[in-house]
Amino acid sequence: MKAVITVVGHDSIGIIAGISAECASYGVNINEITQSVLSDYFVMIMIVDITDMKCDFSEFVDAMERHGRGRGLEIHVMHENIFNSMHEI
Amino acid sequence: MLNVGAIRETVNMIREENLDIRTVTMGISLYDCQSDDINRLADKIYDKITTSAERLYAVSRELEKRYGIPIINSRVSVTPISYMAGGLRSVDDCVLIAKTLDRAADTLGINFIGGYSAMVQKGEIDSARLLIDSIPEALSETEKVCSSVNVASTKAGINMDAVRRMGEIVKETSYLTRDRASIGCAKLVVFANVPEDNPFMAGAFHGVGEPERVINVGVSGPGVVAAAIKRAGDCDLTKIAETIKKTAFKITRVGQLVAAEAAEMLGVPFGIVDLSLAPTPAVGDSVARILEEIGLERCGAHGTTAALAMLNDAVKKGGVMASSHVGGLSGAFIPVSEDAGMIEAAAAGSLTLEKLEAMTSVCSVGLDMIAIPGDTPAEVISGIIADEMAIGVVNNKTTAVRLIPAYGHSVGDELSFGGLLGTAPVMAVNMYSPEVFVKRGGRIPAPIQSLRN
Repeated sequence: MKAVITVVGHDSIGIIAGISAECASYGVNINEITQSVLSDYFVMIMIVDITDMKCDFSEFVDAMERHGRGRGLEIHVMHENIFNSMHEI
Repeated sequence: MLNVGAIRETVNMIREENLDIRTVTMGISLYDCQSDDINRLADKIYDKITTSAERLYAVSRELEKRYGIPIINSRVSVTPISYMAGGLRSVDDCVLIAKTLDRAADTLGINFIGGYSAMVQKGEIDSARLLIDSIPEALSETEKVCSSVNVASTKAGINMDAVRRMGEIVKETSYLTRDRASIGCAKLVVFANVPEDNPFMAGAFHGVGEPERVINVGVSGPGVVAAAIKRAGDCDLTKIAETIKKTAFKITRVGQLVAAEAAEMLGVPFGIVDLSLAPTPAVGDSVARILEEIGLERCGAHGTTAALAMLNDAVKKGGVMASSHVGGLSGAFIPVSEDAGMIEAAAAGSLTLEKLEAMTSVCSVGLDMIAIPGDTPAEVISGIIADEMAIGVVNNKTTAVRLIPAYGHSVGDELSFGGLLGTAPVMAVNMYSPEVFVKRGGRIPAPIQSLRN
């Protein structure tokens, strides 16, 4: 099972490091990262594997949102099913 | 297989274009609550609703979190209360049940409960007559109860006695809630060919052929459709229709996903996804803006009916393949007060009551959330209802009327309801009297279209 993490905010040192550490602490494995910086604006999409996640999905969603709030980042986690059902017949 | 383009598109729809799940509605049968003792009936209804939907709100919140998509409303619809016939012996009995529904809605944390309803297209059973008489008081003494009355069908024709009575009921409801912008009328719908699995308020109820409990879901997404048309740029109408279809497919898939999961989590069968495009007063969430994006200077201009017909058809074609069961109202809604573009068009004089009537012949649902002058006579309201019912009956479709006579207000004033119900500019009505026609009563026979066997 996978999930998608989207991150938007002002660029700064250590954004990816912080989010990666948070993922690791919950047993969430990073599969893919697409990231860009446009005029100081940081945008990242992460595809992660949540098969071995150590907590409820909603707990992880809250943890990531909290992590973002403290750093001026908007972080959202969405289960992969919404993308699969919308874009596959 | 997840790809970045698809992820961006979905995230953009939700964050920028107001895609949401408008409502997760649990239908609950109340047949097993029947009792000839009114207090016992009220207790059983309260218990059945609060135990059946106990987890509805929590499940909606959990799904919202899992998929990152807002679920705006959790609601309940119940068996039309007029069928609780054994216990209803007076108007006061009916009002007591309305208050019971309101209390149950409060307990569940939901914002509306539908089913304070009666079906009288051919005639009234005694309890339906009592329930209709009680509507003004019931709606003025409750906050969350929604009421609907079906007065016509293609099979039965139009019950003009009921049409006449509903004109009076709408007026009384307006008067009794005059201190709250006549808001009672925003929770009262008069129908032709009412669907029995509609998840949207104010017309939702749990029909007679429905299971014990069921989950029905209504999606939204006018902003997503408008943005897709904008991106399509300079192209012909075939391409526009194709764009709408593809977008409707994607919107409906989300509704299907949420409906199926909510049903499973609650241990209740999945009923239908309603394909309606439901606007809100929020900027960028307007059906009128879609029509303007297609190429009309303002909603209401000549060409509006044709553009709306195409939009409505394309939404259905795209949506129907995306869901295993489609039902409810399924079409584009045009509630004036709930749509920023409609409000503007009405205030500018581009959108009139007559044009809205024409529009209702090609989309769902009807003359919806329209404020009219407070001094509009009851017979004129009945005349408006009769016209709208005729469109539904002859064209084999659902039509409805939800008018708000704005007590103490006249054309040009504005009524503000707040929240999703929005703001309604008071619109002009043709005041020539249909009194003699309306007072003839009786039934307009079912049209020849009803004989299909």
